[in-house]
Amino acid sequence: MHPIGHQYTKEQVKELAIALDRAGVDAIEIAHGDGLAGGSFTFGFGAQTDWEWLEGISEELTHARLTTLILPGIATMEDLEKAKNMGVDSVRIATHCTEADTAIQHIEGAKKLGMDVGGFLMMAHMNSPKNLAEQAKIMEQAGADCVYVTDSAGALLMDDVKDRIKAFKEILEPSTEIGIHCHHNLSLGVANTVVAMQHGATRLDASLTGMGAGAGNAPLEVLIAVLNKMEVSHNCDLYPLMDIAEEIVRPLQKRPVRVDRETLSLGYAGVYSSFLLHSERAAQKYGLDTRAILEELARRGLVGGQEDMIVDVALDMIK
Amino acid sequence: MKTKVAIIGSGNIGTDLLIKILRYSETLEVAAMVGIDPKSDGLARAARMDVPTCHTGVDGLLEMPEWNDIKIVFDATSAKAHLYNWKRIRQFSDKRMIDLTPAAVGPYLVPAVNFSDHLEALNVNMVTCGGQATIPIVAAISDVVKVHYGEIVASIASKSAGPGTRANIDEFTETTSQGIEKIGRAEKGKAIIILNPAEPPLVMRDTVFTLSEMGDKEAIRENIRAKVKLVQEYVPGYKLHQEILFDEIPASNPVLIQGLGYRHGLKTSVYLKVTGAGHYLPEYAGNLDIMTSAARATAERLVKSIQS
Repeated sequence: MHPIGHQYTKEQVKELAIALDRAGVDAIEIAHGDGLAGGSFTFGFGAQTDWEWLEGISEELTHARLTTLILPGIATMEDLEKAKNMGVDSVRIATHCTEADTAIQHIEGAKKLGMDVGGFLMMAHMNSPKNLAEQAKIMEQAGADCVYVTDSAGALLMDDVKDRIKAFKEILEPSTEIGIHCHHNLSLGVANTVVAMQHGATRLDASLTGMGAGAGNAPLEVLIAVLNKMEVSHNCDLYPLMDIAEEIVRPLQKRPVRVDRETLSLGYAGVYSSFLLHSERAAQKYGLDTRAILEELARRGLVGGQEDMIVDVALDMIK
Repeated sequence: MKTKVAIIGSGNIGTDLLIKILRYSETLEVAAMVGIDPKSDGLARAARMDVPTCHTGVDGLLEMPEWNDIKIVFDATSAKAHLYNWKRIRQFSDKRMIDLTPAAVGPYLVPAVNFSDHLEALNVNMVTCGGQATIPIVAAISDVVKVHYGEIVASIASKSAGPGTRANIDEFTETTSQGIEKIGRAEKGKAIIILNPAEPPLVMRDTVFTLSEMGDKEAIRENIRAKVKLVQEYVPGYKLHQEILFDEIPASNPVLIQGLGYRHGLKTSVYLKVTGAGHYLPEYAGNLDIMTSAARATAERLVKSIQS
């Protein structure tokens, strides 16, 4: 959603969901880029409502599980219940990597609704492996079926991923799955996903062409090619994914999803990848350098959801 | 003679309110500090300052010798606990309740906006910290033009969010959104809360975005500035951090607002900073300060209006 400012039409979403399902993807997440109810001045209004994007999708899926995303503090249980009633039976519940207890209400609520629940610990580079694992434990104890190391800034190196997954393994119950969500800002999206898998992660996030915030996520078609070469078993068909990536997804990108000066700066400085377009707009409007804004956002320790502060920071910088 | 009040809840909010009243109030006297944990820091502080305490909740309060003379009860517990507390207190028609939880049993009250609307209410609700900071701005814009949509983002330091806040994030977003609609008079309200763990802790920030009909920008600007001054009368650390910004959303390129549909008009952006007075928690906790300051101002104005 992020690289195109949440401007997918519902027809595009449906076409992609069906294509991904037929290509063997196990789960498909649909929501505004900042989760359900993310449409706002702060994060950007969507071209459709969440409900328009979700409508009629679950009926079309033959293999994939339909999942969505919520950020406590933005969406509420009421939003999640509405999604559940539209056929969504799995959810990722995302908090900053130190604030897991703000999601207990939602994890417990989602379990009561009978949903599969993933806890999503964002900006995982901002917490040590040991403390991050303790946050994962809070999510597990609330009922999460899986907890993710979420590298929102694309700032983790391969050893950093390994240490976090190992810390999760040590403290979580064997029945709790571990997930990995990468951003490609340091060109490590695929490598970090593979490292996580090798240390026990079983839910691997990826998107075609990497379509996602910053330099994108782990590119799905690349990840599948790598897994094929590693002879890891999975349910995906590589060639259809390559075709959808080139024919449907890449043409949608207005701003190329790639590692460039700006997206590399996200990973290098450790900034929430979704800040990219907001920072580029602020840089243009106030005559500033995007990289300088991103560095200032990192210096102030801003976390996911604080998009409103980007203009504020830019205004402070020109004072 | 000072009016006697009780504070139920000995966490961050109750304790900060205790300190504010003890140190500065010329018209209020804390006659009882009520908690449920005998070892809580708030109760210990109250005892050190010679305030009668009780650790058995509202039931214990009703047994205290001070109870008869108490006129105002502040509730700084949780939304759930407030329902029980109110059930007990409402039997006493000579007591007023000021509710600092998001329970919202009584009407929402933001002193700078609608104090005089609820002089008779036995139970008033202080919305939320984010609501106290932002609803005055939305209301100031509504005084000038019709506001379609009011969106606020409250960023608070993780250290200033106690267990009650953390367990009830949805109540914050829902109560604040409703306050934006009912008191701010926006057709649709939306609230976002962010906890930031940075060290040293960041001072509370609140951003207000509204989408309204096109209107007189200078009048909007003046009205917002006047409203900020009204809030500053009881929250000295409340300030505009940037110039007020305006953008036009043209009819040819409207925004899709969930629950409202396509809208265009004037976008107004207001960046606020709320520095706390540093009473119980340090200055970063403007969220704590604005809640307790608004509750104290409400009680003092209530006393004044009852006496006159």
